[in-house]
Amino acid sequence: MENLFYFLASLTLLCALMVVISKNPVHSIIFLVITFFTISGHYILLNAQFLAAVNIIVYAGAIMVLFLFVIMFLNMGKNERDLKTSALTKITGTIAGGLLFVVMIAALKDAHVGTYDAENFNSQIGMVENLGKVLYTKYLLPFELASVLFLVAMVGAVMLGKKETGERHF
Amino acid sequence: MESVDLIYKAIYILVIFGITLLIATYSTYFERKIAAFIQDRVGPNRAGPAGLLQPLADAGKLFFKEDFIPTKANKALFIIGPGIAMLVATMSSAVIPFGDMLIVGGREIWLQAIEVNIGVLYVFGVVSLGVYGLMIGGWASNNKFSLLGAIRAASQNISYELAMGLSLIAVLMMTGSLSLREIAEQQQGFNWNIWYQPLGFLIFLVCAFAECNRTPFDLPESEAELIGGYHTEYGSMKLGMYLFAEYINIFVASAVMSTLYFGAYNFPFMENLRAAISDPVLANNVVTILGVIVMFAKIFAFIFFFMWVRWTLPRFRYDQLMKLGWQILIPLAILNVVLTGGAILLKDYLF
Repeated sequence: MENLFYFLASLTLLCALMVVISKNPVHSIIFLVITFFTISGHYILLNAQFLAAVNIIVYAGAIMVLFLFVIMFLNMGKNERDLKTSALTKITGTIAGGLLFVVMIAALKDAHVGTYDAENFNSQIGMVENLGKVLYTKYLLPFELASVLFLVAMVGAVMLGKKETGERHF
Repeated sequence: MESVDLIYKAIYILVIFGITLLIATYSTYFERKIAAFIQDRVGPNRAGPAGLLQPLADAGKLFFKEDFIPTKANKALFIIGPGIAMLVATMSSAVIPFGDMLIVGGREIWLQAIEVNIGVLYVFGVVSLGVYGLMIGGWASNNKFSLLGAIRAASQNISYELAMGLSLIAVLMMTGSLSLREIAEQQQGFNWNIWYQPLGFLIFLVCAFAECNRTPFDLPESEAELIGGYHTEYGSMKLGMYLFAEYINIFVASAVMSTLYFGAYNFPFMENLRAAISDPVLANNVVTILGVIVMFAKIFAFIFFFMWVRWTLPRFRYDQLMKLGWQILIPLAILNVVLTGGAILLKDYLF
């Protein structure tokens, strides 16, 4: 089990790095999809099957397809000109990344690593029945509010998409 | 898990994989035969008795054709595209219960590759990944017509996934489980879901046709009026893989429809048959084997239906297709969810 975790974790990190390193945006997206798959693998190792399946359906199956759509339409990365970055950008990028790294180390240096209680741990907590019960009883209000937020976002997207010259806003 | 179980699972998965490929291969033959029958022709009859070796001849031809890759294509993705289509198509049959339990030598053998309590979501997730094969292949060809074809196919698949998911929710509300085995078990005998969910089944069927790119929704590859689609630049076995993946998708869609709505391996009077045989082990095995035969009969009936429709209905126009998906099927599916919920509450209230 532990070896499997290390294998998956290294694969996740490798693919995540490739997302950033790849010069072709379509390659980046494909690596991002593989990253989502490996993260789903981690969920399965944690016995959270529902989360694993939903992660694949929502992120790999829907959102990344839209990303792919946009990038294919823009036809990015075809011109060599787009890929060249100036020296100034490189220097600022290095400094900004280094600063973020320092902040992260400062924040994590004294962080307390939580331990888990192996005796009382319920391994069935991530199953779809338990998750549904918790969502619809204990966290009903946040759940409903999130769905209202989604509805608002959807209506907003339709409205923005509808806007044409001479056409009335709703 | 014991090593015996592991070996059994490996054999079972290989057998299902083989059956899937065999059925997909012979679907091409039967498609042409059924087309010939409907159009009053003879159909393929040269290779072997009654043309039975025709699929092998086609495969041989595709394998030995020149494996052409366009000069400016993205070579790696151009090769991976059909591979993804094929991989995703063969993945979803893993959770389908093709039969109940066999008892051999006191050991219980379940005729299902993996039993997970998220079976329906797994199928749905794999279906939603099917878009990648088309999109990557279409984009990597470096041809505008291929790209437009890929985008046409992807928008169609994404649009119909929504209505498909919504029509599934009504089934899940009735069964209260995401596990395909449990859904199959609840349809004991003749208590099939189709009797409770006729509207849901109709929506699911239409969406399955659209997801498999079959007529009347075969716009992704309408070769007559639009350019061939995402596989314009493909030839030889790479094109063969795309077409083959499509037939596998038809098989899987038929299997999912039989499981969700037509009682999977259940058949009428199965309990009477079980009671009629005195030895319980023998009774169980006879019923299970008959169940597997019934399951495959249902799958073949659906595959036949897919082909029948292809040679009966003309193709939709693209705007009609989008209108049907978004403005008719999705509201109908939501209505179906509401009606199902109301019926479940009413049943609790009355009885």
